Amino acid sequence: MKNIQLNDTHVELGAKMVPFAGYNMPLQYEGVSAEHIHVREQVGVFDVSHMGEFFVSGPGSLNFLQQVTSNDVSKLTDGKVQYSCLPNLDGGIVDDLLVYCIAENNYLLVVNASNMQKDWDWLMKFKGDDVVMENKSDDYSLFAVQGPSAVKALQSLTEINLTDMVYYTFEIGLFANVEEVIVSATGYTGAGGFEIYVKNKDAQKVWDAIMESGAEANIKPIGLGARDTLRTEMGFCLYGNDIDDTTSPIEAGLGWITKFTKDFTNSSNLKVQKEEGVRQRLVGFVMQDRGIARQAYVINDADGNTIGRVTSGTQSPLTKKSIGMGYVAKSHSKADSEIFVEIRGKQVKAVVQRPPFL
Amino acid sequence: MNFPSELKYTKDHEWIRIEGDIATVGITDFAQSELGDIVFVEIETEGEELDKEEVFGSVEAVKTVSDLFMPISGEIMEFNSSLESAPEVVNQDPYGEGWMIKIRISDASELDALLDVETYKSEAGV
Repeated sequence: MKNIQLNDTHVELGAKMVPFAGYNMPLQYEGVSAEHIHVREQVGVFDVSHMGEFFVSGPGSLNFLQQVTSNDVSKLTDGKVQYSCLPNLDGGIVDDLLVYCIAENNYLLVVNASNMQKDWDWLMKFKGDDVVMENKSDDYSLFAVQGPSAVKALQSLTEINLTDMVYYTFEIGLFANVEEVIVSATGYTGAGGFEIYVKNKDAQKVWDAIMESGAEANIKPIGLGARDTLRTEMGFCLYGNDIDDTTSPIEAGLGWITKFTKDFTNSSNLKVQKEEGVRQRLVGFVMQDRGIARQAYVINDADGNTIGRVTSGTQSPLTKKSIGMGYVAKSHSKADSEIFVEIRGKQVKAVVQRPPFL
Repeated sequence: MNFPSELKYTKDHEWIRIEGDIATVGITDFAQSELGDIVFVEIETEGEELDKEEVFGSVEAVKTVSDLFMPISGEIMEFNSSLESAPEVVNQDPYGEGWMIKIRISDASELDALLDVETYKSEAGV
């Protein structure tokens, strides 16, 4: 089990630390519900330094990334970010990731910690001699400052005009008197805000600066528990829950990042799926009767026939609604379709609804 | 973390307060802390006669769900209906307002198998 750079800081802040993807990570400080609401209404900072950072350079980089990712990397210009996935050869997904275009043929890939080694091995299989890949995951910390007061919390730390930053863009610059910090207008909460990539040697300094400058905006540390409920409320996919080695990006509703303007791994098969339609779809749902859907619970139709399975579920700390995501047969994938989640032997009614569940 | 010495405990992180032939049951401070924010307690076994280790209900937290087990055999005389509208009191006051059921003890010899506070703490590693 590895420790992230600021492990001791989180313990001092009262975090409950849990093993996650090979790292001891802060699960919660004050409590998931309070932290969730704090991010939606004010601002919080997540230490998500377990995430993996691969730097890709060399003259073949664009062609390589066009081959291994599903989104169209040629659309990226310097300073832009793209959500994408790495399709496998069997119809599933190796991982989902962010692709940062730093300069021509110079990219940063941000991958899930739980898939870091798998992704690395997969990418190395397709990489030519004209591409250099460096795994800098052990050198970088990542702080996600999320919430409506994020600009207020951070603006005093940088000359970068945070208010004017467009969603899914980034700048590299001076931040908290530290050079070469990557300030990215991205996040996994739907609450707005920034993700700040810093080298480990500067991590403590930057964290302390964020906490200090954010004090007036009432910034609080937020754990992975609230990160999960926040992303579920938005209907964002979590690898290992909603997408995995066996789920198709088309079925998962990731058609918008699956671009057939180019060839990529397994693109011909995925194109057939897109054209002919898929048998099941990832949908969001809201429970109508009491009960919380959990990963792997069975989904049935009104007659008790199994039509799918739950991939994520929780009670929204904000709305108190019991919400979830899961794969269901296409016949039941339209909004307002009635489905039944089997919870410890009981059929509990739910209705398909398009996220976000706010 | 708080573990009152006058209570009995189980390895499933429940506490039992024995008064005559009535046992009041709840979950320990350790259990509520591990579960995190509790969003509802489901107990639909009032009036039923259940054996030791049978499931009498469940606790749903934001992150996870946990079954509730009978610490001893007996009839479930009452459940704490105030938890229906205020499940968070299990987090706030697990040994008081957060109690879950009252059991009429059917076999007093089963009480010997319950853990005292020191044994519970060492078994739970708390």
